[in-house]
Amino acid sequence: MEVSRQPVSRGDGELRVQRMRARDLLRGPDLEGPELERHIEERVLFTRADRVFAWARSNSLFPLTFGLACCGIEQMHVVASRMDIARFGFEAFRASPRQADLIILSGRVSIKMAPIIRRLYDQMLEPKWAISMGACCSSMGVFNNYALVPADKFMPIDVHVPGCPPRPEALMHGILKLRRLVQDDPESGWRERYGAQGTEELAEGAGPHPAAENVMLPGDTAGA
Amino acid sequence: MPDATGLELIARELREAEPDSVLDTVFFRERATLLISPARVRSTLAWLRERGYRFLASVHGADYYPDEPRLGVLYELLDMERVDRLTVKLRVHTEDPRVESVTPDWPTADFQEREVYDMFGVHFEGHPDLRRILMPEDYEGFPQRRDFPVGGEPVLFTFNEAQGTQYTD
Repeated sequence: MEVSRQPVSRGDGELRVQRMRARDLLRGPDLEGPELERHIEERVLFTRADRVFAWARSNSLFPLTFGLACCGIEQMHVVASRMDIARFGFEAFRASPRQADLIILSGRVSIKMAPIIRRLYDQMLEPKWAISMGACCSSMGVFNNYALVPADKFMPIDVHVPGCPPRPEALMHGILKLRRLVQDDPESGWRERYGAQGTEELAEGAGPHPAAENVMLPGDTAGA
Repeated sequence: MPDATGLELIARELREAEPDSVLDTVFFRERATLLISPARVRSTLAWLRERGYRFLASVHGADYYPDEPRLGVLYELLDMERVDRLTVKLRVHTEDPRVESVTPDWPTADFQEREVYDMFGVHFEGHPDLRRILMPEDYEGFPQRRDFPVGGEPVLFTFNEAQGTQYTD
């Protein structure tokens, strides 16, 4: 990156005034010793960069536009004005898993649907989180039979929201729990939480378009 | 609905037109049912269509375990002009569950016969595309049969948490 210095357009005196003002802002006018230290403590906050990232991340999770069953209706209510998830920065439901951080499994997962959900989850970029919403997705609820599979069997889940279906307030509570998790544990992605370090699959020399890994090609319908 | 007498009249006419197709007639709770021979299903339904039952409202299966023959296939016919419904039923054994497909005559039966095949394992001969429709294609067994295990997952609740992984015993 090229850095070029440019002369300050305003006069030299103007620049000195700005410097003085900046020093006063930091130091306080004419402070010395312990008073100066207290002044700085009140005005300067030290933190780590990853905590700043986690703070920003946790307040702008983008969920995937994805509903499975009746829980999906409650999930829509969370976005509407009464619950208004936009207060916490979660309102940007993305239409593509490539742009989403959070997948909310809202409903029952049949064994035919599970590979598709797993594929969506794999297509999401890290860091990524998952909420299992409702009884069916966590313990299969009233549909505990041959047709369904619990979500924990095929993908890691961070927050389980119980209910049949959960009220929008409950989902909101689950999302805020997830926000707390993201803020408190900036280092722990899902690989660390589930002890899955070293399972990353990196494409080496996989053809001319390594960015197109795991993309469905035209006419390729197998495996979904 | 044809009343009990009307059902007998239909059965008598059908016996004359299609010998050895009608096995029995059942009139139960205002519901008329013709029990027919599996081999004659297509010609019987074609004859009933000529008689006015032009709409095949539903095809579905049933398992009458432990009665034999176990599997049943039910065709719900509807006469839209007289608003008259008639159920045609046939029974097949699980050892050789073969029924002639009615999809060439009634295109609406396509997916419904596939569902009966998927859930009960009734093989419809002459169906253009007899595959599973609801369950995955590599699924084994026919889940709506009465001897199929319900399946599902044991759930680890708080009250059986102390038993660890033995909570299913």
